[in-house]
Amino acid sequence: MQTLVAYVENKPGVLNRVASLARRLAINIDSLTVGPTENEEIARMTIVAHTDEKGAHRLEASLEKLVDVLLAENISERSLLERDLALIKVSADQQSRPHLMELIKVFRARVIDVAPESLILEVSGTVDKIDGLLEVLRPFGVLEMARTGRIAMTRGSDLLRPPGAPSNGSETEPVGKAS
Amino acid sequence: MKLTGAEILCESLTKLGVRHIFGYPGGAILPVYDALGKSKLHHILVRHEQGATHMADGYARASGGVGVAMATSGPGATNMVTGIATAMLDSSPVVCITGQVSSKLLGSDAFQEIDITGITMPITKHNVVVSRAEDIARTVREAFLIANSGRPGPVLVDITKDAQQASCDFNWEASTPKLPPKRQRINYEPADFERAVELLNNAKRPLILAGHGIMVSGAMRVFDQFVHAGNLPVAMTLLGIGCFPASDPLNLGMMGMHGEAWVNHAIQEADLLIAVGMRFDDRVTGDLRTYAKEARKIHIEIDRSEINKNVKVDAALIGDAREVLEQLLPRLEHRERGDWLGHIRELKGDSAVKDIQGLPDNGHLYAAHVINDLWKETRGEAIVVTDVGQHQMWEAQYYHHNQPRTLVTSGGLGTMGFALPAAIGAKFAKPESDVWVVVGDGGFQMTMCELATIVQEKIKINIAIINNGFLGMVRQWQEFFYDKRYVATPLVAPDFAALANAFGIRGERITSRADVTPTIRSARESSESVLIDFRVEQEDSVYPMVPAGGALHEMIRRPDSPLVETATEP
Repeated sequence: MQTLVAYVENKPGVLNRVASLARRLAINIDSLTVGPTENEEIARMTIVAHTDEKGAHRLEASLEKLVDVLLAENISERSLLERDLALIKVSADQQSRPHLMELIKVFRARVIDVAPESLILEVSGTVDKIDGLLEVLRPFGVLEMARTGRIAMTRGSDLLRPPGAPSNGSETEPVGKAS
Repeated sequence: MKLTGAEILCESLTKLGVRHIFGYPGGAILPVYDALGKSKLHHILVRHEQGATHMADGYARASGGVGVAMATSGPGATNMVTGIATAMLDSSPVVCITGQVSSKLLGSDAFQEIDITGITMPITKHNVVVSRAEDIARTVREAFLIANSGRPGPVLVDITKDAQQASCDFNWEASTPKLPPKRQRINYEPADFERAVELLNNAKRPLILAGHGIMVSGAMRVFDQFVHAGNLPVAMTLLGIGCFPASDPLNLGMMGMHGEAWVNHAIQEADLLIAVGMRFDDRVTGDLRTYAKEARKIHIEIDRSEINKNVKVDAALIGDAREVLEQLLPRLEHRERGDWLGHIRELKGDSAVKDIQGLPDNGHLYAAHVINDLWKETRGEAIVVTDVGQHQMWEAQYYHHNQPRTLVTSGGLGTMGFALPAAIGAKFAKPESDVWVVVGDGGFQMTMCELATIVQEKIKINIAIINNGFLGMVRQWQEFFYDKRYVATPLVAPDFAALANAFGIRGERITSRADVTPTIRSARESSESVLIDFRVEQEDSVYPMVPAGGALHEMIRRPDSPLVETATEP
């Protein structure tokens, strides 16, 4: 599995171009997330693809050939943080609820909706963590789930910013502050 | 100054230096045609939109500039697809302008509405829909910039009818391209460069693989200096032919599937390959596991995605071929290479005795003779535009090009039907040149409707049909690999000379070798277009041949009696 980050023009059709390119290279996309950046004209994508390093190089280099892609970078080998977010609706009656709450605590998930027969949990973290929670929730009855797919960022001073943006921290964007 | 979108388009094209547009009108592009009529642009009416794209492509390849094709929405646009893909695979700068239904109808399945940007996404370098007159000038400028920069390629601009009809202020100066800011990558580290220099100067058996990129970057002069400074033998890709004179003793000729044996053996025995502006296509390498096992590789290439794609290289110098060669040249040391060059000469001597050219006239007409006679009679100075198949390979083997952009051929996509329309484009790009179409009887029948375009435009093109009554290359594969089961390759054709006459073009039919040169000469001397139907041997094959996926050094060689039974005395 390879993780790439791309900055792209935030306009119609760009996602199609990126997806179409992966299809043409016969690379299966495991997850692709896209969202705006601090610059509304630029969107950031995190692409997790079923391919090897060679395939990732081709994908990266081919992505950068697209006019609407400002930058594409394979960050798989770099020190990085990956996060996935899931909303999980799980069956919860009076009996199971206390046990569920224990698990939720262990996994640092949050309850964001409570209904007579179910709860909605919000959990973020690595894919493994979410998969782990899912595993233990299954016996209670997972009714519905939505996951965002991974977003990723390189650690520390290893910055990956869109071309044209200041290369170090600016006043509008403090860096290095732990959350 | 207020202009309609259609007028802005014509103004913009004029300001970009466009003089010729190859196109076909229709409902959704009519406002542009109305404006074209009032402009100084010369519109060439084609007979099929595929022809328009090939013409624009031929124009681009012969001139080095951008070719422009135009069509209406729907079927007009979809007919362009093959031509666009042809340009894409051969990195040819073509701008296609298509009409589109009005923006309020988009997505409604309106009459002649088709999502042409969706269809052409994987076969264009870029494409875009324009639905506001205000955006036309900037978008067209961007299209030209994208098409002819870096690794060139086709760009399609789809303009809605309401954008063509709407009026707005036209301000050329303000309509500068606004392309997204791309990350500037470091092309290569000094260490890569030093490694390349070291490999170059220490190689005992170096060989250059010269590709189309040399022509695209205009590196011919520095390439010539580079070759002679290092005393480096050169093998050509099909599309590289012309970037370095065939007459130069260091030019070995074409490599690959139908490359001469000495060229492919030299590749397999080399200890260093210097690939310049080429992409290790499978028709060039054969089986990758056995390809140039002895050789280190330097890859000079502008497209980063080509590096290590097919062949793993030891030093990648990413960048414009001319710039990279200019940087390498001062560091390159001259070597005598007597053993290596002598060895290649020996390989060549071995193959040359089996060459069909050396055979006496035995009453049979062979395609190779026709091509060779054409080369001699035109003194190698014609622009030859070929189709795809056996005749294409014979052209590459027997017509020796000394000038860049004098061979126009569809390499990557291998598009039959390319030659005739591409030659029309080439003629408009180089009106003073002697333009020859070399085409098979199969490919010619795919786009022969463009004969009418030649007549309507009153241009002078010579057409040599290498007519063997078969889809020859496919027949050859059937002969070699399918036990001569000739399924769907025998081909009935009209009387091409009579057909030419029906179009108003002089037609000739040649069946003997003695008539070849006089007829070519007479065609050259004629002020009008001439079509010559050369009736050649039906079951002749192109040698040598590396079977698809086979090792480059394991070729099917010319038979000792190269012309099989037909060549022997009756």
